[in-house]
Amino acid sequence: MKFKRILGGIFLFASVSLIAVAAQQSSAPVKKNSAAKPAAHEQSEGERVFQQNCSRCHAAPEGFSPRISGTIARHMRVRASLSQHDEQALLRFLNP
Amino acid sequence: MPMFQPTHEVKTRIASRGIRSLGFALIVIATAHWGSAQDTPLISGGGGFFSSTNGGNTSYLPIIEPLIAAPIGPHILVESRATLLESFSPNGGGQTGYNHSHFIALTYLQGDVIVSPHLTVVAGDYLIPFNTFNDRLSPIWIGNFQDGPLISGLGIFSIGEGLGGMLRGNAIQRKKYSIDYAYFYSASTINQQFQADRGTGGRASLYLPDQRLEIGLSYDRLLQGVHENFYGAHVWWEPKDTAFRLRSEFSRGHHAQGYWVEADYRTQAFGGLDSWVGRFEPVFRMQQTFRRDTVASDGLPKVNTQRADFGLDYNLPHNTRILTSYSRQFSSTRDTNIWETGLVYRFLFPTWKGKQP
Repeated sequence: MKFKRILGGIFLFASVSLIAVAAQQSSAPVKKNSAAKPAAHEQSEGERVFQQNCSRCHAAPEGFSPRISGTIARHMRVRASLSQHDEQALLRFLNP
Repeated sequence: MPMFQPTHEVKTRIASRGIRSLGFALIVIATAHWGSAQDTPLISGGGGFFSSTNGGNTSYLPIIEPLIAAPIGPHILVESRATLLESFSPNGGGQTGYNHSHFIALTYLQGDVIVSPHLTVVAGDYLIPFNTFNDRLSPIWIGNFQDGPLISGLGIFSIGEGLGGMLRGNAIQRKKYSIDYAYFYSASTINQQFQADRGTGGRASLYLPDQRLEIGLSYDRLLQGVHENFYGAHVWWEPKDTAFRLRSEFSRGHHAQGYWVEADYRTQAFGGLDSWVGRFEPVFRMQQTFRRDTVASDGLPKVNTQRADFGLDYNLPHNTRILTSYSRQFSSTRDTNIWETGLVYRFLFPTWKGKQP
């Protein structure tokens, strides 16, 4: 019986979440990575790489030294199986 | 089962292994020649303080998980992660007071060689790529709950690490889809520095970027003792332009099977993700385990178990998170309430000043 109540809670949670997602897709802007500075085409390409790969597992760190941006991009290339092109785009996004 | 609760087996690999292996990593880093000013080696990781109250007993767990990554030339990366923790738990048997134990170990130490756009060769002590939790979600600065899933012990050969080689990469990458793979072979060793079981296996995942949908299958086989097979599947969905994430895994082992489904959400409707409201992150996880026989050698509960985890995290500025959760666990032995709170800080900085890029 208790477990049925929990299941009811799950469906309620899922319903509210999906409604919120649907409402948000129509109105809210995409969040900018606070660790990265923007710039035209490469920014959108690099941001796409970041959002489709890195942020699948974790949030963006709030800030870091530009001296390690290449190391971060290399690490993500291995962890997320990025191509060399995507690694370069990500590097420009992290350190424009 | 706390995510970083040391098992008796793992406790044997303490201090000396971690210190010697980390020393080896530092030697490699110190002798490396850096390609550019952006390639300074980094130290990242997380530090946290967790508390967990299970059935009225509260335990405390301060923990640090440092990670070091160092590129060598244009195609090589050396990376390593370690765990240092002190566990405080109440004395059992009606005694008052607390006992404590410490645990220091290297989680992994591997060298990555980027051979081609589709192939990276990994050598050393690596995390076994079975499903997603072990090698993608286990760091404390990533997980939404301080506990790992109940089924996290399946398919990772007890300690989660393999010693040997791994091939991984992007087999196919198109605009509409991509396919990733990882294949590993681990040797058996009882060396105190690098304990591992002999086994082989891998994972393949399909990712659809338009739908933000990832579907993967995993398989591995233990090649010593009873040759057990493990099967896994995962589905992740993260709708575009939202901060909603749905992750799930199913695992089947020789003696047990189970699944977990986790959903988390942050609203952007009240000033964005960095507003005080947007920093709240409700999380929900449902999990079930099923025993196939009574040989409980895999770390899963000894009887069929259902558990619901209700979490509320808060993402503070400066890479700090507060994790809170309440869990209700149902099993034939007894039902329990589990309350957890924790504070996690993520750090990320260069190992030294280096040249200005």
